[in-house]
Amino acid sequence: MTQSDTSLAIELRGISKAFGPVQANKDISIQVRRGTIHGIIGENGAGKSTLMSILYGFYKADSGEIYIGGKKTDIPDSQAAIDAGIGMVFQHFKLVENFSVLENVVLGAEDGRLLKPSLSKARKLLKQLADDYEMDVDPDAIIEDLGVGQQQRVEILKALYREADILILDEPTGVLTPAEADHLFRILEGLRDEGKTIILITHKLREIMEITDSVSVMRRGEMTATVQTAETSPEQLAELMVGRKVLLRVDKTPAKPGAVVLEVENLRVVDEQKVERLRGIDLTIRAGEVLGIAGVAGNGQSELLEVLGGYANGTGTIRVNGQPIDLTGTASDARTRRARGIAHVPEDRQREGLIMDYRAWENVGFGYHHDAKFGSGIFMDNAALKADCVAKMERFDVRPPDPNLTAKNFSGGNQQKIVLAREIERNPDLLLIGQPTRGVDIGAIEFIHQQIIALRDQGKAILLVSVELDEIMALSDRIAVMFDGRIMGERLPDQTDQRELGLLMAGVTGAAA
Amino acid sequence: MDLLTLLQLFDSSLRLSTPLLLACLAGLFSERAGIFDIGLEGKMLASAFMSAAIASYTGSVWIGLLAGIGASLVLALVHGVASITFRGNQLISGVAINFLASGLTVVIGEAWFALGGRTPQLEGASRFHELMLPLADPLRGIPLLGPIYSDVISGHTIIVYLSLAMVPLSWWVLFRTRFGLRLRAVGENPAAVDTAGVSVVGLRYAAVLICGVLCGIAGAYLATALSAGFVKEMSAGRGFIALAALIFAKWRPWHAMGACLLFGFLEAFGNRYQSLELFGADVPVQLMQALPYILVVLILAGLGGKAIPPRAGGEPYVKER
Repeated sequence: MTQSDTSLAIELRGISKAFGPVQANKDISIQVRRGTIHGIIGENGAGKSTLMSILYGFYKADSGEIYIGGKKTDIPDSQAAIDAGIGMVFQHFKLVENFSVLENVVLGAEDGRLLKPSLSKARKLLKQLADDYEMDVDPDAIIEDLGVGQQQRVEILKALYREADILILDEPTGVLTPAEADHLFRILEGLRDEGKTIILITHKLREIMEITDSVSVMRRGEMTATVQTAETSPEQLAELMVGRKVLLRVDKTPAKPGAVVLEVENLRVVDEQKVERLRGIDLTIRAGEVLGIAGVAGNGQSELLEVLGGYANGTGTIRVNGQPIDLTGTASDARTRRARGIAHVPEDRQREGLIMDYRAWENVGFGYHHDAKFGSGIFMDNAALKADCVAKMERFDVRPPDPNLTAKNFSGGNQQKIVLAREIERNPDLLLIGQPTRGVDIGAIEFIHQQIIALRDQGKAILLVSVELDEIMALSDRIAVMFDGRIMGERLPDQTDQRELGLLMAGVTGAAA
Repeated sequence: MDLLTLLQLFDSSLRLSTPLLLACLAGLFSERAGIFDIGLEGKMLASAFMSAAIASYTGSVWIGLLAGIGASLVLALVHGVASITFRGNQLISGVAINFLASGLTVVIGEAWFALGGRTPQLEGASRFHELMLPLADPLRGIPLLGPIYSDVISGHTIIVYLSLAMVPLSWWVLFRTRFGLRLRAVGENPAAVDTAGVSVVGLRYAAVLICGVLCGIAGAYLATALSAGFVKEMSAGRGFIALAALIFAKWRPWHAMGACLLFGFLEAFGNRYQSLELFGADVPVQLMQALPYILVVLILAGLGGKAIPPRAGGEPYVKER
């Protein structure tokens, strides 16, 4: 049979793809009806991106067939995908940063050898699309001057300009504020109502439930189920993703705050471009509580962690257990901070938390290598470090528990557990933790959240920075929202909601509450 | 300094800046597409040798020019294969090309002509000659503008005018055509070009080959217009000065012309005032001739503001998953 149902926008039959010994996609079949929003959900490494790369002509499937609009279609490259009416909005935008919106939209889809006619045609079309789908973007704006929400709209406009009927979005809300995400969803619904087909790839259950008509679940390269969204629940989807029952909510008792551990007063940071990234931060954290910092990425959270962790300079006052710590000079380094009881799980674990080409035991040993326990003089006691690593791996359920494996060979979740093991086992008074579950699968998220709460219950102070509002709401005892280097306000998690926090994240004060 | 001296100075500035300008525009195309090219020098040298050798053999400067361009294109292709197809390090490939050209020109030159690495003196139709622009003589009488037209603008070889014409042409290609848009995009974010369904490899090869052609013309100019034959290492660092001019010009064609004219002027100035007395002290000739290189150092040290190179420059494009 080479014909297929023409009410289907896309049908994949038996798609398989292997990278060496790794089977990224195993016999995947999927049907997406025209004019629907179809979700594809799965953990990192489940094969979602590989599948979409096959559909967009980045990879060739080892076997299987693709039908677009009922017609068997070969997609050897991106141009073929575009010709077949497929548009893709990547997680990391594929925009030329110093080009205008207009130039980005026409790039690769120009009308002729000269630019002028293409640009004026695109200008007219953009205006019409902006009116149709409330996608207002200044066509002459330079991409790098736009916010991420607008940049994403440019990506969607690019696809529409190429007359895409099928729009694939890969993790589109990762960089958006809740309000921007809502706006995106309205745009997507508008497009669906026009008859476009939308495939939404995400790991966020809430988004699947909110906007999709049907959803496919992937696990370890296989399609484990395709269901109508109305007939499923987040719990069921989570179980299908992970392969076992998962606790989606974090179980925790009310905090019992003790003495003040961290006091920050008027903390300011100016970056290399002389831009003030922190504009006077004040906060306190007590023993036995989690302070969550919410905010869209790039509003000063990273700088806050860096200054507290001791690898960026700032001005102001920081006191730990009542004693001021140095913000500049030789005693402001991370080693001194650790000695003062501060542990740090950095936001970017692959660049700041680990050395990816070093073995697990070497990574776990960082910061401990001065300890008398692990060597003397210029010598390190590798055997002791390895044994220590094995013990830590066991306590933190790192899989595989092999201290000789290089860091890059662990999954994202296990890499994070390695960093957590190193920092938490130091028994700090204050734990700084940035994006604890970014790129981490649901099963490991559960474990990491439990560890954070357990540490809190031991009476430690925790500063949690995350762009995942769900995570902030679930773990924090108090929530501070950062915008443009300032703290816009503090809320208690049970006295606020996503909407109010979302407004604060966008810099709007006074409107809510 | 009288007017005549000044005009002569400008006249030779223009002549000396021509190879710089061609090489600079060559580098501009390559680097705008994200391929750094420190092999401009080597390509110029190879072309200088080959154009002089073939012009001397055939007696036709035009065949010599084509041969020079051919030699430069071969090296450009080597750079392309190394840095685009095999995703090698662009700096290392460029260095290799410079060494290759520096050695091969002398070895082959000695083998062919046995003149110690030189080519025979070029005469008559085997080299480019100065052209008198129309009305150069009758207009000379007009005060100021006349001499400028007749003595500075007129009286150069065709390649000088070609190089000047390349400036608006390059600008037009880069900023007014589809090819230019794609070429600039591939130097900024090749992934954007790739996902738009355009071949990154094809665009980058096109850029590298354009670079080869322009370097070829620059090299041929050195041996068959500025001089009358090839001598070893005759490019004398001009490829590197062109790179500095490119940075000074922030990868823009019109600015490239300004930068190259400045370098050409400094070189002409140094040549003319070999012994200059300044405040009663003799300025050594070495210092005068070092003027362009001093400017290079100043430019690289940040004179003229921060220059931001094309963002994907120097990095081979690997499709990500």
